[in-house]
Amino acid sequence: MLLISCPNCGARDETEFHYGGQAHVPYPENPDELTDREWAEFLFYRDNTRGSFAERWLHSTGCRQWFNMLRDTVTYDIQAVYPMGAPQPTVDPDPDDEYGTASVAADSTTTGSSGPSISGTDLGPVDASTAPKGATK
Amino acid sequence: MARTTAHATQDNDLSRRTSPAAPLAEAFEAGSVAGVAELREEPFLTMVGLRVKRGTEVGERIAAVTGGLPEGSGGVSGNEGTSVLWLGPTEFLVVAPMEAHEALGGDLIRSLLDALGDGEGQVVDLSANRTTFELTGSRARAVLEKGCSLDLHPRVFGVGTAFSTEIGQIPVILWKTGEESYRIFPRASFADFLGRWLLDAMREYASPEVP
Ligand SMILES: [Zn+2]
Repeated sequence: MLLISCPNCGARDETEFHYGGQAHVPYPENPDELTDREWAEFLFYRDNTRGSFAERWLHSTGCRQWFNMLRDTVTYDIQAVYPMGAPQPTVDPDPDDEYGTASVAADSTTTGSSGPSISGTDLGPVDASTAPKGATK
Repeated sequence: MARTTAHATQDNDLSRRTSPAAPLAEAFEAGSVAGVAELREEPFLTMVGLRVKRGTEVGERIAAVTGGLPEGSGGVSGNEGTSVLWLGPTEFLVVAPMEAHEALGGDLIRSLLDALGDGEGQVVDLSANRTTFELTGSRARAVLEKGCSLDLHPRVFGVGTAFSTEIGQIPVILWKTGEESYRIFPRASFADFLGRWLLDAMREYASPEVP
């Protein structure tokens, strides 16, 4: 169970919240000019980040307000909570963070190219070419 | 901007209405242990949903009617009879006795609408949205702790504060009205489930304590 700090209400159980997906996905400026493919990518394609990930959350059984959160998708460590509309804060990768001892080779098919935020950690060799084409945006 | 008022008619027969937890009234009585854990429904309280910004001109006008608007999470303000619970940064719930409703000759909603005027905000009669449970007694906190993840210890949860949260996985507003008394506001359709859940949680306190 995550304990999430709502900017309005303080720390509450994860069950009081709803997940709103990836943050900072802007609505297209000229939706009419998009091709079907671009429109589909805006609607359905999201990053599948291993590591620090900016996402939207709604405190649905509390103050009913949206906010953004920077969460590590591996350790579930909540690195930052910040208001909607605010730019994504930069969080230094913690050198002490260990992503467990399990081999990453087994799930390498779901791992895209490693992002800069996790490049300092020991993930072993990651072969981007093994990722399915659709997995990277 | 929504303006909602109840339309009082000449032949309102309020004696015929049924509160959401009325079918459980006997069970509540049978399941209550005096002074330890007592549960009852306080039906038909007048409730008004407010959407307004504190500190604005219209916010001040509305605050003058309600006896203030609470500042932040947990806050409750009000004057005698009327309480305002903080639900969100621009959202509040007014709770007042049944008689404050215009169906019974009260003028609370009318005064709030007048205070709102054409200002930015909302005054909505929500009296039928939720019902009210009153849970009292020395073990009332222990009953709630079985299904509420908030820290209910008095050093954190003080008398005169209220929070939107979950009890038994039901979204409710929980208001601590006294050292050993709580008001719980579930939505009407959850009243039966939550009532039975609370009765179940109270059951152990009706049994003799195991030495
Ligand atoms: Zn909140």
